Amino acid sequence: MIKHAISNLNGWLAILAIVLSSSAGDVLLSRGMKQIGDLGELRRRRGLGFVLLQVVRNRHFLIGVVCMAVSFYSLLFGLSWNEVSLIGPAAASLTFVANAFAARIFLHEHVDRRRWAAALCVAAGVVLMAF
Amino acid sequence: MNSRKYLVLAGVSVFAPLGDSLLSYGMKQVGNISLKNFPDLLLAITNPWVGLGIVFLCGFFASYMIALSWADLTYVLPASSLGYVLLALIARFALHERISLMRWLGIALVSAGVGFVTSGPERTSGAPRQFANDDVAAEPS
Repeated sequence: MIKHAISNLNGWLAILAIVLSSSAGDVLLSRGMKQIGDLGELRRRRGLGFVLLQVVRNRHFLIGVVCMAVSFYSLLFGLSWNEVSLIGPAAASLTFVANAFAARIFLHEHVDRRRWAAALCVAAGVVLMAF
Repeated sequence: MNSRKYLVLAGVSVFAPLGDSLLSYGMKQVGNISLKNFPDLLLAITNPWVGLGIVFLCGFFASYMIALSWADLTYVLPASSLGYVLLALIARFALHERISLMRWLGIALVSAGVGFVTSGPERTSGAPRQFANDDVAAEPS
C-alpha cells in the first residue's frame, strides 16, 4: 500500500519535472533556432559545418539542451517507478498545453483559436490513446 | 510547405515514439531507481535498448531543431504528433493488437488536432534571424 503510494508520488513528481523542464527547453530551443534561421537554407548557402557551429554556439540552444537533459532523466526516473502508459500520455498532454501558454508569453507566437483547438485535441487524444 | 519540410515533420513524428518505446523497454530491464542510488540513473544508458532509444531520440532532436528553425513551436508540436497515431496503427495492423474504442477516439482527436494546425500558417512570430542574407556577419548570440 505504502510502496504503491510512493510509486505514484514519484511518478507524478517525475511528470511535473518533465512538463516544466520540457516546456522551458522547447521555448529556449525554438528561440535559438529562430535566431539562426532556416537551417536547411543556411546549410545550402554556407555548409553543414557553419550550421553546426552556429547551433552549438547559441546560448539559448545550450540552456535548452540542459533543460531537455533534465526532462530526459526525469522521464527515466518516472519510467523506473510507474507505467509508460501513465507517464508518457500525462507528461505529453500536459506539455502540449504548457507549451501553448509558454509560446504565447515568451515567444510572442500568435496562438489563435485554431492552434488552441489543435493543442487541446492532441492533448486529449494522447490521454485517450493510453486506454 | 514543400516536400522537404513535410519530410522533416515526418522525422520528428516517427523518431520520437520509437525512441520512447525503446527507452521504456530498456528501463523495465534496469528496474526501479530510487533517489538514494541516483547515479544508477546515469549508468542506465549502458543498457543496449536504452542506448538504441537514445540513437532514435538523437534523430528526433535533429529533425526537431530543423523544424523549429522555420516554424512556430505551437505549429511543430501538434503537427508532429502523428507519431502517436502511427504507433497505434502499427500495433493494430502489424502486431494484431486489439485497439479499444477509447483509443480510436484518441487517434481521431490527435488527427483532428494535426489537421487544425497544418491548415494554418507555419510561422506567426517575427523573431530576428541572424543570417537572413549572405552578407550578414556570422555572429552567434
